[in-house]
Amino acid sequence: MDAEKRKFLEKQALEIRKGIVLEIYSAQSGHPGGSLAIADVVSYLYFMEMHVDAQKPEDEKRDRFVLSKGHSVPAVYAALALKGDFPKEWLKEFRKLGSRLQGHPNMRDTPGIDMSTGSLGQGISAACGMALSAKACGDPYRVYTILGDGELEEGQVWEAAMFAAQYKLDNLVAYVDNNGLQIDGKITDVMSPEPITDKYAAFGWHVIEIDGHNFDEIEAAYKEAKTVKGKPTVIVAHSIKGKGISYMENQASWHGKAPNDEEYAQAVKELDAALAKLEAQA
Amino acid sequence: MSEQKKVATRDAYGKALAEFGEQYPNLFVLDADLSKSTKTAIFKEKFPKRHFNCGIAESNMMSTAAGMAAVGKIVFASTFAMFAAGRAFEQVRNSIGYPHLNVKIGATHAGLSVGEDGATHQCCEDIALMRSIPGMTVISPADAIETRAAVLAAIQHDGPVYLRMGRLAVPVVNDTPSYHFELGKGVTLQDGQDVTIVATGLMVAEALRAREMLKADGVSARVLDIHTIKPIDDELLKKAAKETGAVVTAEEHNIIGGLGSAVCESLAENYPTPVVRVGVDDQFGQSGKALQVLEFYGLTAEHIVKAAKEAIQKKK
Repeated sequence: MDAEKRKFLEKQALEIRKGIVLEIYSAQSGHPGGSLAIADVVSYLYFMEMHVDAQKPEDEKRDRFVLSKGHSVPAVYAALALKGDFPKEWLKEFRKLGSRLQGHPNMRDTPGIDMSTGSLGQGISAACGMALSAKACGDPYRVYTILGDGELEEGQVWEAAMFAAQYKLDNLVAYVDNNGLQIDGKITDVMSPEPITDKYAAFGWHVIEIDGHNFDEIEAAYKEAKTVKGKPTVIVAHSIKGKGISYMENQASWHGKAPNDEEYAQAVKELDAALAKLEAQA
Repeated sequence: MSEQKKVATRDAYGKALAEFGEQYPNLFVLDADLSKSTKTAIFKEKFPKRHFNCGIAESNMMSTAAGMAAVGKIVFASTFAMFAAGRAFEQVRNSIGYPHLNVKIGATHAGLSVGEDGATHQCCEDIALMRSIPGMTVISPADAIETRAAVLAAIQHDGPVYLRMGRLAVPVVNDTPSYHFELGKGVTLQDGQDVTIVATGLMVAEALRAREMLKADGVSARVLDIHTIKPIDDELLKKAAKETGAVVTAEEHNIIGGLGSAVCESLAENYPTPVVRVGVDDQFGQSGKALQVLEFYGLTAEHIVKAAKEAIQKKK
């Protein structure tokens, strides 16, 4: 990836992180940890990978995105606002009564949302349905989904894993945000889904393991996925829960908690400093 | 009654899918390793590229159907009522109901008439579960003719539909030139003045049989076939309550939460009237021949007759 492209994606990711903290601070409710963990891949998907046009939101040939770990939707709302699907002011209404930005994504409320999710394990199945439909009708679009590593504890995820392999859904790319933490602590302490890569390989998927905060690796993984024929691809990404906000990083306690005034100011300060540093780069 | 033609509603369902598959190229069918029992295999035979077996994984099937509908398909997802409404309830609620997607849940083997498989497969709670989901249309056809019409109506309806079918061959009661199916509208099969029997599914044929028995006792009973349990036909129920003053409900379902409850809710608000409910009295079923099981749990014309007399007694 050339430097300019990387700089652009990093800038978008920082803007997404700013959107995430703004949403959750405004609502005084929401899930910052997992949202911050996927900000980089969401930046890559919306600003580099997917064929989605804010001017043509209903285009039937557009790529589809399903956020299977629906609680991390602040990252997606922030990206959609950046992309221009709706005004940035909406972010401040997140989780508030009458808002078009529900606590978990709803395709009927928010422009740019392709599927309603939030109950873990169901989004990956819906993504399978979209990919199957594209195959059955010869449609060219691809289907992208993001799962949490804790979400893999849901049995339905493995029903979907069988299904995607059975129907050779090579137009489907799942991304597992492997940040290692869930509400009650480490995933390996609560109910370990590890070894995640071996499990998916055993279920017949093409498996790619990356650093979820490295844009070169993210790009290489999605490019590789396009070359895989006859099987679905999963990108297992090692990530940091709360990435980008010093006091939230790797803290399970920030799974579903809103920052107070001081914490919010601190988060904005850190993200602005990162943006300034990025701008200063040649 | 004379020799009646009997057809299982699940047979009519499979045939209807195959029939309308021609006219609706956007129609897809999913099944969960039961296509020979749910009869979606009839569709598969004709349209193999539009039928997908999801294996024994109903939760995934329902959310997969939702994903297909989210990209513009009309999807029928079929399995037994127990697994469609029971096991996959939350998938139906969150993946299908909440976004109001065009998924039609073709649930067969509903109720006690599953017979020998026993309680684990005799779903008598599905109407209650499905009608509690906002925006869900719930249809329980009485016979083969109504099933065919219901499948077409479900295809043409924009939004989720739960279609309840049975395993057992049941009498064809709607084989009349004037038969007309309209979603949300009940069918008046027989007129009467003393009491109204409101029935659904295979209990409609029993209601007609009960009417003959009541007639012999000098009682004139009206028979309504309520194929759409949600939205229920408030007007038709109110009219019947007003004109006959007593109501009996008859369903192959728990009397809690099903047709009986829906009728009581409607009448309590619109025209309070004595109601006696015939159905499964808050019990689990058991193995046995379908007709024996139905008899054991009181789902027969004889029980409807008894209930009708009770309802008439309750008139002021």
